[in-house]
Amino acid sequence: MTMTLIADAPVDVDAEGFLTDPEQWNEAIADAIARENGIPELTDRHWLVVTFMRERYLATGAAPSIRALGKESGVPIKELYQLFPKGPAKLAAKIGGIPKPKGCI
Amino acid sequence: MTELLEQPQLTPAEPETIEKVSIVISKGSLEGIYPGLIMANGARMEGIEADLFFTFFGLDAIRTDRFEKIKVATVGNPGMHLPTWLGAIPGMSRLATKMMQRQMEKIDIPPIPEFIELLGDSGARLYACKATVDMFGLTMDDFVPQVEEIISVGEFYEKSAGGQIIFT
Repeated sequence: MTMTLIADAPVDVDAEGFLTDPEQWNEAIADAIARENGIPELTDRHWLVVTFMRERYLATGAAPSIRALGKESGVPIKELYQLFPKGPAKLAAKIGGIPKPKGCI
Repeated sequence: MTELLEQPQLTPAEPETIEKVSIVISKGSLEGIYPGLIMANGARMEGIEADLFFTFFGLDAIRTDRFEKIKVATVGNPGMHLPTWLGAIPGMSRLATKMMQRQMEKIDIPPIPEFIELLGDSGARLYACKATVDMFGLTMDDFVPQVEEIISVGEFYEKSAGGQIIFT
C-alpha cells in the first residue's frame, strides 16, 4: 500500500492503483482515475455503474459480479463493455474508489 | 593479454500481459463445459479478448435443443466419489446436477443458456467446429444466435494468432 496524490488529494492505493479506503474517495478522484484509464469523460451512464458498484460494496462489503451488474445496475452487459472496454467491473471499482473485485464471475 | 568480452545489455523485461485467449470446449458434461465458460468470461472481465471454439460434445453448450439439459457425469467421474453402480441409478445425474446448479446460483454463476448470452454480450466470439458439425449432421440453425460461424481447425488457429490456446 502506498500513499499517492490523485486530483490533489492524498489517497492510499494498492499496487494496481485501487483505493484501499473508500472514504478517501471523491468525484474529482473518479474523474482523474477515469482519464488515466482511457475514459476521457464520465457520462451519466458511467456514473450509474460506478455509483451502483460503490453503493453495493459499501452495503455488502463485496463488489457485485458482472452478472449482477448487468441485471441490476440499469446498464446491460453489452453497454457495460462499451463504457468500460478494459473490464467493466474492474474499472468501475477503480473509478468508484473501492478495492478490486475478488469474484471469478 | 586479456581482452574484455562485450557483455550483453541486460534490461529488465516489462511484465508480459495476456491480450487474447482461445478456449476450446470439447466435453458435453456440466463440469466439462463450465470451466471454459468461466475462463472466457474472466478474460473479458480483465479486458482480454476471448474466442470460444466448441468441438465434439462441447457443441451441446451451444445447441438450442440441448444447452438447457446439460448434466453432471455421475458415472466414470472419480471426482464425484460415488460408486459406479450408485451413479448409474436413474435420476442420479439429474439430482447431482440440481444440487450443483443450486450451489452455483448461490455464488452467482449463471445457468449455461444465460452464460452463453452473457459471453456474447461481453464481446466473446463463439465458433462451432466444422468436423463435428459435419459428423453430427448439424447446421447453423441448430445453434444459439451468439455462434458467429462454423470454422475448421485451420481457421481456428488463424483466429488464435497472437493469443493463448486453452483446451478444456
